[in-house]
Amino acid sequence: MTDIATRATRVVAATGGRRRLNGGGPRAGTIAAFLIPFFLPFVLFYLVPIGYALWQSFLVVRRTGGQYGTSYTTFGGFEQYVQVFQNNEFWSSIGRIGLFGIVQVPVMLFVALIMALLLDTPLLKIKSFFRITAFMPYAVPGVIAAIMWSFLYSPQLSPLIDLLNGIGLHPDFLGPGAVLWSAANVSTWLWTGYNMLIMFSALQAIPQELYEAAKLDGASNWAIAWKIKVPIIAPSIILTTVFSIIGTLQLYAEPAVLRQISSNISSTFTPNMLAYAVASGNNYQQAAAISVVIALITFVLSFGFMRLTSKRAGL
Amino acid sequence: MSNQTLIRESRVSRTVVMALMFVLAIYFLLPIYFLIVAATKPQGDLASTNGLAFSHFQLFKNLGTLFSQSNGIFLQWALNSVIYAVLGAVVGTLLSALCGYALAKFTFRGREFLFSVILGGVLVPTTALALPLFLLFSATGIVNTYLAVFLPSIVSPFGVYLARIFAAAAVPEEILESARLDGAGEFRTFFSVAIKLMAPSLVTIFLFQFVAIWNNFFLPMVMLQKESLFPITLGLYEWNGQTSRVPLLQESVITGSLVSIVPVIIVFILLQRFWRTGLAAGSLK
Repeated sequence: MTDIATRATRVVAATGGRRRLNGGGPRAGTIAAFLIPFFLPFVLFYLVPIGYALWQSFLVVRRTGGQYGTSYTTFGGFEQYVQVFQNNEFWSSIGRIGLFGIVQVPVMLFVALIMALLLDTPLLKIKSFFRITAFMPYAVPGVIAAIMWSFLYSPQLSPLIDLLNGIGLHPDFLGPGAVLWSAANVSTWLWTGYNMLIMFSALQAIPQELYEAAKLDGASNWAIAWKIKVPIIAPSIILTTVFSIIGTLQLYAEPAVLRQISSNISSTFTPNMLAYAVASGNNYQQAAAISVVIALITFVLSFGFMRLTSKRAGL
Repeated sequence: MSNQTLIRESRVSRTVVMALMFVLAIYFLLPIYFLIVAATKPQGDLASTNGLAFSHFQLFKNLGTLFSQSNGIFLQWALNSVIYAVLGAVVGTLLSALCGYALAKFTFRGREFLFSVILGGVLVPTTALALPLFLLFSATGIVNTYLAVFLPSIVSPFGVYLARIFAAAAVPEEILESARLDGAGEFRTFFSVAIKLMAPSLVTIFLFQFVAIWNNFFLPMVMLQKESLFPITLGLYEWNGQTSRVPLLQESVITGSLVSIVPVIIVFILLQRFWRTGLAAGSLK
């Protein structure tokens, strides 16, 4: 009903004359004056670069007359993309980040969810202390978080390694097998509290009456948490998952800092590092193609995840 | 009997829950605690003393070294970070507020289309924009200037999204109608009436954008070569990369890291409630 009504007003608005787009509202010019301050930079610094990267990714640089000839840029079709897909470094960076994401994202979100649920029960005291300590890392830039942790990973400086040596463990946080998880730990440290707070805010918005009936029926806190609370805050969990997927695919600062102290991180460790390394070698067209592929993978994964979960949850 | 077991059970679970949360709290605090301790030590003590215990307390000497390093470049970086983050977030919040308010309060053709373009913008990985922006900016000569970092920072699709939700909830239609009847123009209504009603949510939008710019690293790294334009993140990254050649820089990296996170953490704790409204709104569908 209301849908038909709004559609009707829209039709009226559309045919209602050029000066006013709707009945008593402001003129089109006024509306534009509200929108343009945002949309002008949005187009210039968001949409134009996307278009430019797409265009660049279809160009190639060729040379005439061998090594000393002049170079010129020309249309190359999908040539750059073929190169991306034939590049072993690209696939290993994707593999690394995939492994990272499959482990780090669920672990982080699971811890965040448990914390949010516990903060929402009467079992816990000094809640604001726990909430603040968990959220604090969000105030720390990724670069600085990685610098802080790199001291805790460093064999010369780390008090953690001293402690672990004391109980007979000799971890090598920067070793070839471990360094990916050391980077994952930095991300987990940074973002758990942020995700926890999103879920916690959603939990706080649930009216208490919803639990009362279940409590009267003798449902345990545990059952209420998993059977009532978690399904209700599912949209928040989906949102945090999508943001985490996007963040994982953009990973740059943390591994770049760890690279400064570990030889086990190459300059092409993550897709984004690869794109930057290729751009630094002045191969902008190839870098653009890599950026486009990363963005496409991001879109496919985040939309795919949203579709999948919203279908299953019947939302 | 069964009541007693219930009470005992809840006491057990209470203890388990508290213990678990304390372990997590230690995890979150550990690196910051380590940084505080390390920032008070002489360089020589970093490797030779226990990293979790204080030794010779010389925080102020370390601060002196930090701020005099390379002719006081650190202060310049701190200032740059403040300029990028405060100015960028103020301008960005204003743009988001105007746009979000218009999307919430005016009905016009294409409104939902514009809004979905903005929502799509939330999902765009910003690092993917940095390289093409670099090429565009080098063609226009903006590269390696303040503008190269500032201009892209003022755009926040997430801010518009929040502003639309907040404007819809906080600004009643009747107030706008009466302002219009009094003959106030749309801009006057916005700046004298709506913006006051939206003020708490504008703080939230400001905070989100401030942190995003303050923490940004990739964009300044791509755009800037001149050290005097660096934000703190990029400056400390450069120093950290030089510590193998100049080991004495290590203490300044540590002290500098501490100096750069303390003010933001304090602001965070003071303005807690604004985060929660923002995060709650962000999770609404």
